[in-house]
Amino acid sequence: MGNGAPFVPGRVFSKVPGVAYLLVVLAVAFAIFESRFATVANLLNVGVQSSILLLLALPMTLIIMTEGLDLSMGAVLSLSTVVMAFALVNGHSVVAAVARGAFVGLAFGAGNGLLVVVGRIPPFVATLGTLGIAQGIALVATDGQSVVGVGARLPALYRATWLGVPFSIAVATAAYLVFHTLLYHTRFGTYVPALGGNPDALVLAGVRAKTYHMAVYALGGLTAGFAALLLTGRMNSGHPIAAIGMEFDAIAAVIVGGTSFERGNGWLPGTVLGVLTVGILKNGVDLMEVPSSLQVASIGLLVIVALLVDQLRGRLRGRA
Amino acid sequence: MRSVGSRLIVLAVLSIGLAAATNAFLTVSNLLNVLRQASLTFLLASGLTLTIVAAGLDLSVGANVGLSACLAATVIKSTGSIAAGVAAGFVCGVVIGLLNGALITALRLPPFIATYGMLWVLHGITYWYMAGETIHDFPQGFRSIGSGYLLGVPVPIYLMAVALAAGGLFTRYTTYGYELYAVGANGEAARLSGVPVRARLNLVYMLSGAMAGLAAIVYLARLNSAEADIGEPLTLPAIAAVLIGGTSLFGGVGGLFGTLVGATTLTLVLNGMNLLAINANWQPLVTGAIVLIAVGVDIATRQRMESRA
Repeated sequence: MGNGAPFVPGRVFSKVPGVAYLLVVLAVAFAIFESRFATVANLLNVGVQSSILLLLALPMTLIIMTEGLDLSMGAVLSLSTVVMAFALVNGHSVVAAVARGAFVGLAFGAGNGLLVVVGRIPPFVATLGTLGIAQGIALVATDGQSVVGVGARLPALYRATWLGVPFSIAVATAAYLVFHTLLYHTRFGTYVPALGGNPDALVLAGVRAKTYHMAVYALGGLTAGFAALLLTGRMNSGHPIAAIGMEFDAIAAVIVGGTSFERGNGWLPGTVLGVLTVGILKNGVDLMEVPSSLQVASIGLLVIVALLVDQLRGRLRGRA
Repeated sequence: MRSVGSRLIVLAVLSIGLAAATNAFLTVSNLLNVLRQASLTFLLASGLTLTIVAAGLDLSVGANVGLSACLAATVIKSTGSIAAGVAAGFVCGVVIGLLNGALITALRLPPFIATYGMLWVLHGITYWYMAGETIHDFPQGFRSIGSGYLLGVPVPIYLMAVALAAGGLFTRYTTYGYELYAVGANGEAARLSGVPVRARLNLVYMLSGAMAGLAAIVYLARLNSAEADIGEPLTLPAIAAVLIGGTSLFGGVGGLFGTLVGATTLTLVLNGMNLLAINANWQPLVTGAIVLIAVGVDIATRQRMESRA
């Protein structure tokens, strides 16, 4: 299946992952059974809660398309909230603080890229190692405590709305547009699916495949570091383990969104659907006062069910 | 095997360094303590090793320990029977392993996804089941599984020795063992040569679940207390032990002895950091660095050998 022109209607239908149906079913069910669900305020809330996850899931889509993985994103995001909070505590401007956080993320992403592409260490292992390193640095730097006293500027920015759109939704939308353009309208984007499946063909075609491959990981780190802007704003502080495990939510969202681990094909709008489904599921069961323990289980079930739906559709299509 | 040899040398150098750096290291009680810690990690990592040898993965082992341990704890408390509790924990582990196998072989989900989804489902069920309770104070007979001694040696070390011997015989001297390596090295080739790939994968996930159930009983007996989050900190050290031990995520390479060396190395380093009074916050960083170095050196060596050949 081609990678360009993602909005041709016939093609879109065959690409729509099973999670789209789950999303509709969930939304309708919550709207019927829970009167507080289908309100503008609540749906905006879902968007706000989903925006950080989207920032991780977008680059994760590209990384998984290269048949890779980045387990370090949650730890890098946490470390960046610490770096950002320290910069703000020390009186730096919001821009300088965000730049520092994003730079730390970029450094880790580039490190992942070097380990995977030059060191040829399997992505699972390489990013598990950098997960430990990022988490360790954050814990040692803060002694495991929150970094408080970030001042009022970043939280104020986080709470700002533009024409009724919360800041975090605006940031997430902008990030989506950037990634959509990168993946579907640049040369870099055309190479992404081939990097995992057939890098030799790229090299024979004269493409500096290694550079592009490393860039995919660097982009992941950079975006995770940048996402600390939203997390630090939301928490009003930095915390060394604030986002530990969030990379798994991101992987879940990407996978249920129809991007496959094995075939190098991915669909960025599907990732948005995946993120929204995770967000709506969490929000809906929360409103229905399901014990938080079973909310955790519901995400696991979502992953399994969404993939099963896709498999079933694949088999039916194979038979047709 | 050569790579395990080089790992043993690293382990020896580490031990000598620690013995030189602190008097508290080279005492019988500390060394037994290190081995007891390592044996807990090994029990959990051994089943995981087999799944990775077969080019799979079991991310649910820690969560499996959580549910199996909590179930064993409630059964012991409500029936008063140690045997019933042990059986409940073990069977729970096996059933989870069978479910993982079914998701992977019958429904054809990628192992990463299936066992990751299982991880969250198990976490959720365990938290719901325990409802914030802590169960503690088990009968002495049960606690001795985790903290007892036999002839001056902690009981978990015997369990580790038995698991290693049985696992070693299984992987080296049975057709099943060879077939696991064949499935891991090249699943399609194994299938074409008549290996029942699905049946072997089912077996391997069941074994991984069974070892997690066993580890759950030992952890529970050692901690003498069960909470919903009992298994959470165990997954990453288990994966790290397997990787440090030289088992490759690509499948077909590695084994249980390597995992034993990996678990011991990891425990030794963390023990040494404790003895040297290094802040525990450094532990994730050090663990991550060891994994990267061990796997990185492995891959670099293999590439050099391949380019020479």
